Amino acid sequence: MTDRVAEARAPEDWRPSAVQRERDEWRRRRTLRSAVIAAGSTLLLLGAIGGAVVSSPGWERVQETYFDWDKAVSSFPAVLEGLWLNIRVMIVCWILILVLSLTVAIVRTLRGPVAFPLRLLGTAYVDVFRGLPLLLVIFLLGFGGPALGLSGVPTSSLFWGCSALVLSYSAYVAEVFRAGIESVHPSQRLAGRSLGLSYSQTLRHVVLPQAWRRVIPPLMNDLVSLQKDSGLIAVLGVTDAIRAAQIETALDFNYTPYVVAGVLFCCLTIPMARLTDRYARKKGYHGAGGHL
Amino acid sequence: MSASQDVGSELLRLDGVRKSFGDHVVLRDVGLTIEPGQCVVLIGASGSGKSTLLRCVNLLEVVDDGMITFEGRDITDPQVDGDEVRSRMGMVFQAYNLFPHLDVIGNVTLALRLVHGVQAAEARSRGLEMLDRVGLSDKANARPDDLSGGQQQRVAIARALVANPRLMLLDEVTSALDPELVGEVLDLLTELKGEGVTMLLNTHEMGFARDVADQVCFLHDGRIHEQGSPEQVIGDPQQERTRAFLSRIRA
Repeated sequence: MTDRVAEARAPEDWRPSAVQRERDEWRRRRTLRSAVIAAGSTLLLLGAIGGAVVSSPGWERVQETYFDWDKAVSSFPAVLEGLWLNIRVMIVCWILILVLSLTVAIVRTLRGPVAFPLRLLGTAYVDVFRGLPLLLVIFLLGFGGPALGLSGVPTSSLFWGCSALVLSYSAYVAEVFRAGIESVHPSQRLAGRSLGLSYSQTLRHVVLPQAWRRVIPPLMNDLVSLQKDSGLIAVLGVTDAIRAAQIETALDFNYTPYVVAGVLFCCLTIPMARLTDRYARKKGYHGAGGHL
Repeated sequence: MSASQDVGSELLRLDGVRKSFGDHVVLRDVGLTIEPGQCVVLIGASGSGKSTLLRCVNLLEVVDDGMITFEGRDITDPQVDGDEVRSRMGMVFQAYNLFPHLDVIGNVTLALRLVHGVQAAEARSRGLEMLDRVGLSDKANARPDDLSGGQQQRVAIARALVANPRLMLLDEVTSALDPELVGEVLDLLTELKGEGVTMLLNTHEMGFARDVADQVCFLHDGRIHEQGSPEQVIGDPQQERTRAFLSRIRA
């Protein structure tokens, strides 16, 4: 045993010893075996599900109604145009949501009696808007807002629909931010203040960067969810992807446009998820450490 | 492969251990043996590889080459169950690494209950006994954040020791402590040595190494340059590098 190890003794031009080569070989084989088993079982499962669907008695009718290629091609431009609205709504709302929710979260974590009314306001806002169903908020603001006839405020359904989305989502996202802020160990705040940084400087340069890194995954959840819920403003008469698909469907009761819309939504979400992963890794978020 | 003949009574044996992180070789060709009941002290400058060596023994790092034999078994074999090996060692870290969400007794009894299958009531009484031994029985329900550094480190030692490990690994356990708190931790380690606990530790406390160690190893640049009794290595170092290190640390 000692002889096999002795090979490793050459100091600078090190080459793996026989034992190490055996270990590497064993690890390589095990990795390969695991990969083959994982791939095989996945294929088997997908094959079984696919087989069950395709061999079902009603498959032909379902295929006609949901997966009609010609219908998909003909409805594509209308659905895509609707999706463009979803994208614009999503981007504008997301920026506003981040600003509003971060403000609410910071207000809710303020200490001291002076901030009590602000904290109360923040808590009340979160309680109310997390409690109300989104659709209800959209109806309320979408039809009630324009009726107020406020001067200088647009009366378009799009504007009021987006306001409803922002108000409702900010309540959820504020809680995500608050959890992130409170998860940063108090010693970090102490260290920041000890350097002479003010409360807000500590928050901005020490606490928030660490909190931000931790809440990226749940924020991503809410962003994807927003992307889909942005379609709810269709109830106010705006034409988004789902609404466009519905109009196309109404022509001949072929549901393929819905599938087209679904595929397009996925095409938006999946690259976004990969980008977020990369961004999080760059920011040094590795999850659990090493091989343990 | 029957390793028991050529390891004799050794508890731990390192042979040609090598570890690198990327291009940076942290340990090269490290060899070391520890008999049961011995206290082996690693000395050397920061970055000489002392901590990495302890982490490799605890299988917290995967070695790039060489062999570590613990209780006659090659634990660097990838087929070995690392959790099982670690359950027979105790590790104490420089920064204590206590679980802040658990109270002191919760920290001490976690592994007893989850890993060693001890019933909650018995785990609690064993934990309290261990806390008594480190002089902290009145802190059982305190949170780690409410304790002083020396107290936290003693909790960490109790947590590592409670399951009767065959080997204790102590990674610069006094480096984060006030000088006045260093004493309480070192006294505890001296006591443990007296009780026959086998220890592998690295420290900058030369007085402790001289009084307690059976064997001192000087690491430089990932290599053991000199090893032997404390009288030899600290009292009468043969190597130029060892002398330079010792005079720097005494200055």
